[in-house]
Amino acid sequence: MNNMKITVKDLNLYYGDFQALKNINIDIEERKITALIGPSGCGKSTFIKTLNRMNDLIEGVKIDGNVMLDGEDIYKDVDVIKLRKRVGMVFQKPNPFPMSVYDNVAYGPRSHGVKKKSILDEIVEKSLRSAAIWDEAKDRLKKNALGFSGGQQQRLCIARALAVEPEVLLMDEPTSALDPIATGRIEELTEDLKKEYTIVIVTHSMQQAGRISDKTAFFLLGDLIEMGDTKKIFSNPDDKRTEDYITGRFG
Amino acid sequence: MKKRNLSDNFMKLFIILSSIITLGTMIWILIYVISNGIAHVSWEFLTEFQEGQIEGGIFPYIISTLYIIFITILIATPIGIFSAIYLVEYAKPGKIVRIIRFATESLAGIPSIVFGLFGLIFFVTMLGFRWSMLSGALTLSIMVLPTVVRTTEESLKAVPNIYREGSLGLGASKLRTIRKVILPSALPGILTAVILSIGRIIGETAAVFLTAGTAKALPKSIMDGGRTLSVHMYYLAKEGISMDKAYATATVLILVVIVINFIANKLASRLNKKNS
Ligand SMILES: Nc1ncnc2c1ncn2[C@@H]1O[C@H](COP(=O)(O)OP(=O)(O)OP(=O)(O)O)[C@@H](O)[C@H]1O
Ligand SMILES: [Mg+2]
Repeated sequence: MNNMKITVKDLNLYYGDFQALKNINIDIEERKITALIGPSGCGKSTFIKTLNRMNDLIEGVKIDGNVMLDGEDIYKDVDVIKLRKRVGMVFQKPNPFPMSVYDNVAYGPRSHGVKKKSILDEIVEKSLRSAAIWDEAKDRLKKNALGFSGGQQQRLCIARALAVEPEVLLMDEPTSALDPIATGRIEELTEDLKKEYTIVIVTHSMQQAGRISDKTAFFLLGDLIEMGDTKKIFSNPDDKRTEDYITGRFG
Repeated sequence: MKKRNLSDNFMKLFIILSSIITLGTMIWILIYVISNGIAHVSWEFLTEFQEGQIEGGIFPYIISTLYIIFITILIATPIGIFSAIYLVEYAKPGKIVRIIRFATESLAGIPSIVFGLFGLIFFVTMLGFRWSMLSGALTLSIMVLPTVVRTTEESLKAVPNIYREGSLGLGASKLRTIRKVILPSALPGILTAVILSIGRIIGETAAVFLTAGTAKALPKSIMDGGRTLSVHMYYLAKEGISMDKAYATATVLILVVIVINFIANKLASRLNKKNS
């Protein structure tokens, strides 16, 4: 039996009167990559954001149910700042801050009280290395991060997320704005990262989900239709709708 | 086809003509004022003054002008910026925000003499600040506040939401997000707000002479009265004392405005470079 990092129980989410998530139950395994797939508007982004409470920012969101991180309810027992330190996020559009590469990566640790230059230097280098962008970044640490290409920016954002030493990394379509080569690099990177981190990734690419994930969850109109080993989901899904979606027969 | 071309050309002509009229009038006024005034701008005119001597130099008025600009900006900018931060980052859209917005918009449309009267009654008389730099600056602060709030608001709203998400997603507090990510990005816009305000302060007469007075002396403290360049010009022209001096003063005023704008622009592009 594998360790469950996150357990979601009977989760419902409403945007005002509109119910975007319907009674979701999911277990997310530690140090595995879980892919979330499903047609546009089915609630993937909404769901992934509930895992680090980014939905708190949106006006009129109502949530019931439980999201347990290592057995603690993140909506009741955990301080949101500490939660987001433990559960980091990489967004669809690369969003480095308009400041230097170094300051970008050091931003998180500084926010959590790390002040010493030598420690920050160490964190910055380690994070950039883990995100496979050290070689490109090491001579440009003091340069503005917006000068990087899209793919580099996204890896920088991953480095920035890693710098606070999270346990879980949430990625919402992290490669949708990137070309195939940059996408390939990020996919390789996730393979490395899963040795240390639990990863949840939203993707529209079946190939990507198939290539990198261990588990796959299929969403449809706010419902979780099916979840299981990626191999099984892709070769022999239980639900007809999953099969239709995966084979591209979905309307 | 032909018709289309005709209206296109007409449009073009109209655009060019409008630009020429706008630019032309501006340049003409500038040249007219400066050519009439520059001959009377001398070192003595800028630096000399005798207490109570209206015919003398304008040194105390330059100082009064800068003094009032400085204090007004010192008062209005922080208040304006904090209000804008509240409105954009904290307030839930709803009734209160609508009321505040309505109030700032109305405030922006009120003629300055009304602010002057208010300042005269409230700061000068009721609070007993007399005709002073302080009364003037407080009155002008209220007057420029809507500009500062609105301009800052717009620049805060222009900061992409993905920056906010990025920062909060790293576990940074809201305050830190505002201080380290949002404000730096909004800084050029905030600077614009300050420049616009300075422009209004420099050009203002009614609200100033009712609250800072028309004293011909050099203000030595914040509680002293004084006259700004605009007020001085108004008197020179109105009393028919000396048209030459009025033009000379106007020339100096224009130069002050140009210098301030120049500095602010340099500062803005400096900040932009650092930010991008
Ligand atoms: N802030 C919001 N307010 C109201 N409704 C929202 C909001 N955000 C999302 N929704 C709705 O919730 C549903 C799920 O949206 P969500 O963004 O989670 O979908 P998604 O699966 O991520 O889609 P995509 O693949 O296009 O990113 C959609 O119907 C969407 O219109
Ligand atoms: Mg989405």
